[in-house]
Amino acid sequence: MQNEYTYAVARIRAKEVSLLSKTDIDTLMSCRSLDECIRFLADKGWADCSDGDFKKMLSSEEDKLWSLINELTGDDKVFDVFRYPTDFHNLKASIKSIVTDVKEPQIFFLDRGTTDAKNIYNAIKDKEFDSLPEHLRECAKKAYHTLLQTRDGQLCDIIIDKASLEYIRDVTKNSKCTLLKDYGELTVAAADIKIAVRCLKTGKSHEFIKNALADCDTLNVTLLADAASKTFDDIYNYLAYTDYSDALEYLKKSPSEFERYCDNILMEKIKEQKLNNFTAAPIAAYFLARQNEIKTVRLILSGKQNDIDDNIIRERLRDMYV
Amino acid sequence: MGIVFALLGAAVAALMAGIGSAIGVGRAGEAAAGVVTEDPGKFGKVLILQLLPGTQGIYGLLIAFMILSNIGIFGNPVEVSVMQGLMYLAAALPMGFVGLYSAIRQSRAAVSGIALVAKRPDQMGKAIIFPAMVETYAILALLVSILAITGIPGIAV
Repeated sequence: MQNEYTYAVARIRAKEVSLLSKTDIDTLMSCRSLDECIRFLADKGWADCSDGDFKKMLSSEEDKLWSLINELTGDDKVFDVFRYPTDFHNLKASIKSIVTDVKEPQIFFLDRGTTDAKNIYNAIKDKEFDSLPEHLRECAKKAYHTLLQTRDGQLCDIIIDKASLEYIRDVTKNSKCTLLKDYGELTVAAADIKIAVRCLKTGKSHEFIKNALADCDTLNVTLLADAASKTFDDIYNYLAYTDYSDALEYLKKSPSEFERYCDNILMEKIKEQKLNNFTAAPIAAYFLARQNEIKTVRLILSGKQNDIDDNIIRERLRDMYV
Repeated sequence: MGIVFALLGAAVAALMAGIGSAIGVGRAGEAAAGVVTEDPGKFGKVLILQLLPGTQGIYGLLIAFMILSNIGIFGNPVEVSVMQGLMYLAAALPMGFVGLYSAIRQSRAAVSGIALVAKRPDQMGKAIIFPAMVETYAILALLVSILAITGIPGIAV
């Protein structure tokens, strides 16, 4: 089994050369205009974007990434974990647009899930929950009926979000690949912390918070929910005794600092895959690194387009893989 | 009966070292193909790295060949006692075992070297040295096998 990815990893190694480094990001930041940025990216081999529509360029870069991953991993289900969130998003969009009778639901759908958004939409529309993929069935039923009865979009959201987090946790927990394990745990824990902070800010009830948080190994959800229904200091005090005590400093500053911290931690964790030449983990690492890169470039380009101060953009820049 | 053991020795050397090299070259080839997919210009560089685990198979062949010629399988058969036959078998073991294992381990180093060349083409020399280190042990085993085989005909048992 160990040998299965020798070819793929070697290809990934050759690909990694073209990832943007920290210096490249600095150069990109020092570009004066959006056009200059786009020219710089074109030199680096990014998709053509002569009409200035960089969103199209970014999405074609993402298409390239997915088709590479599909090509390298074939039928392997290992990488489906990166597709599940899209499925859950499409489910959410489908349920909401059906219940609220939206005319053109397709504008809310995302590509690159494990199944086409249309299939999910049609299944919900015909109330054929059993024809949904297994991971969506239970929460689809629950969310649909909740929204129908209560008309409370937020309740519907937390049901699906929680199911999504729990599913990612379950899938990654049994994975042989430590990188995916770390990824799953970090994703769920970071989401829980964000939920707790947001719920406290919006003054949600203890019951609501408890229903929104997904269990994970590194956080005690009951304690976190208790803290989140009191004050910020309670949350900080609780987190100080968890693996996320380092995150406190950033969490206190702002939510975007915290998100950046989480992304940086993930990059830090996947960096060790640069020394691994045989398993699927480097491919996952490359995937995450490339997504991180596309996210960072999007951040810079939208900042440049809207004339946002460089310091504000810089605050949000993520560490790079290479 | 002696000739059967001697032949078995030749077979062990060719067989195990050959298997090791086949696995090694195959694995390194996968990695080399991966790099060439993205950058065809690196063909020459990765080819050298791919071939490094192939030497064990040649050593195995050499040992097998020496044994075969010593026992006269090509021309005039020589009288080989059971004792001598067993000695040939024993002499072939170092090359067989070390050949098998060192080729497989060397291929891992070669794959890593190929990854190195993919990222830093200017470090080609170093990328070759790492897997080449493994070669030392294959050569030591070859030496022991050769010394043993050349000594055997002189021992009258």
